[in-house]
Amino acid sequence: MSNVFIALQTNEESRYIVEALLEDNPTAVVDEQPAMVKINVPGTLVLRRETVEEKMGRPFDLQEMQVNLITLSGHVDEDENEFRLSWND
Amino acid sequence: MDMSVKKKLGLKEKYALMTRNLGWEPSYEKREDVYPLLDYEGIKIHDWDTWEDPFRLTMDSYWKYQAEKERKLYAIIDAFNQNNGHLNVTDARYINAMKVFLSAVPALEYNAHRGFARLGRHMGGVGPQVACQMQAIDEMRHCQTQIHSISNYNRFYNGIHDWKHMNDRLWYLSVPKSFFEDACTCGPFEFIIAIGFSFEYVLTNLVFVPFVSGAAYNGDMGTMTFGFSAQSDEARHMTLGLEVIKFMLEQDPANLPIVQKWIDKWTWRGVRLLTIVAMMMDYMLPKRVMSWKEAWEIYFEENGMSLFKDLARYGIKVPDCVEQIKKEKDHLSHQAWTTFYAAAPMTNFHTWIPSDDELDWLSAKYPDTFDKYYRPRFEFFREQAEKGERFVNPNLPQLCQVCQIPMLFTEPDDPTQIAYRQSEHDGEKYHFCSDHCQHIFDNEPEKYVEAWLPVHQILQGNCFAEGDDPSAPDFDPIASVMKYWHLENGRDNGDFAGSEDEKNFAAWRGMTTSNT
Ligand SMILES: [Fe+2]
Ligand SMILES: [Fe+2]
Repeated sequence: MSNVFIALQTNEESRYIVEALLEDNPTAVVDEQPAMVKINVPGTLVLRRETVEEKMGRPFDLQEMQVNLITLSGHVDEDENEFRLSWND
Repeated sequence: MDMSVKKKLGLKEKYALMTRNLGWEPSYEKREDVYPLLDYEGIKIHDWDTWEDPFRLTMDSYWKYQAEKERKLYAIIDAFNQNNGHLNVTDARYINAMKVFLSAVPALEYNAHRGFARLGRHMGGVGPQVACQMQAIDEMRHCQTQIHSISNYNRFYNGIHDWKHMNDRLWYLSVPKSFFEDACTCGPFEFIIAIGFSFEYVLTNLVFVPFVSGAAYNGDMGTMTFGFSAQSDEARHMTLGLEVIKFMLEQDPANLPIVQKWIDKWTWRGVRLLTIVAMMMDYMLPKRVMSWKEAWEIYFEENGMSLFKDLARYGIKVPDCVEQIKKEKDHLSHQAWTTFYAAAPMTNFHTWIPSDDELDWLSAKYPDTFDKYYRPRFEFFREQAEKGERFVNPNLPQLCQVCQIPMLFTEPDDPTQIAYRQSEHDGEKYHFCSDHCQHIFDNEPEKYVEAWLPVHQILQGNCFAEGDDPSAPDFDPIASVMKYWHLENGRDNGDFAGSEDEKNFAAWRGMTTSNT
């Protein structure tokens, strides 16, 4: 199964997004690089709004992630509750 | 009392109302007159309405997030300038990587803007129109923030005082320039495969690793910031590229061979363009993030192959050129840097021989090739320089008619032999760096015979400074070309050691740590 990934700028908001990703994707692997953090997950990655809100302690709109996003890989599917990346192989 | 609760719109609902419902069917004009560019490439689209942007970004949110990005960016650019941020870089050699970037890329961003603005008008459905319009605005923003960023450096360092003038004239800058102009003169579907898919999706990761992560690693906050700000739009662009390709393949099976041909062509065009990035990663960043070969393995061989595996269900195959690229990954950066080192008097940045540490790093990263083929060259260059006979190639190189890169690449299976291909068209001979560039030419010779090749133009006498007389007895052609490029030999180029940049940086850095 191929990996999907998402890379974010290292900052205070991304820290909670990464925490949420690690909680919701048990097979996730974190790769820290200069000023950026890349999360690799086999097959499918999911980011849940509720989990991020819990970590941040405030309401969060998943589209806010666009401000800190660097790159990603996989097919995107997003609604107000979940952001998903996956390969269909 | 009637308490009507105002429910917030869901993302899908909002996207439907604020994007899809903005379109209409023309009533008094024929559809093909409104969208005249959609047929001639042979791509068949039956239902534009099946397109959906997976980010479901609507214009109101777009402006909100883009404004936030700009606020963050300019706050940091101000702080960078207020604190003389340029003096915090690891080593002033690093600035030369920025010179290459800033000479080449703002003009590419502008051309990307033009290309996507055209698509925003000409795509046949409102979903892709809006996504392309957003990207057109993004690309304009990238161009502007990069032009602003040039002034963080060109006030202090030589070689990028007139980037736009040089971008239209300087020999190596014709490589990126012609790449984008090639894409912009394609039909709308080929353009989006060229830029949205092959460049943004397949190759862009190889660009931001050295630029953004590399800038951060080398203490360059200014570049890291505009790099990240631009990059934050990139995920959306990549997704647009991937959606377009799926959309075309799902609409009609007859689209497959056309799309495959474009993927093959533009993967190769893009990889050739990245030669210069390979060189920057391995030679120009004083603190290395990773080698070109490592970046290639992670982002192309691993990630790019996941993509092709996914697209296999539509019948898409991995481009043939990938075999050759695999063989070249051990050679590319070394061949490029030795070429630029030898062309020192004709560039707008400084070059150097890697230090002993750096040579060892290269040996370790390229165990199969560096000591065998390239280290001896650098040792030779060093010996020559120590004797006061710094090695320079005084000749104008032959350029590949398609990628416009000097013929510096070797045969895929023989790194001691320069690769050389030739085709004839209308009784004229044309030269190529590789089978793949030749193949591209042979498919569309009418297009590529039009290429503006800097070396040919110089030899035809079209690149001398205004007022110079080539028939004068004391005419110096190279000096005149340098003047035409607005470059001062020895000040804007040549060895980093002993340069004005080196002296200034050392003096200014000294001033930040002492009182004299
Ligand atoms: Fe861009
Ligand atoms: Fe070529």
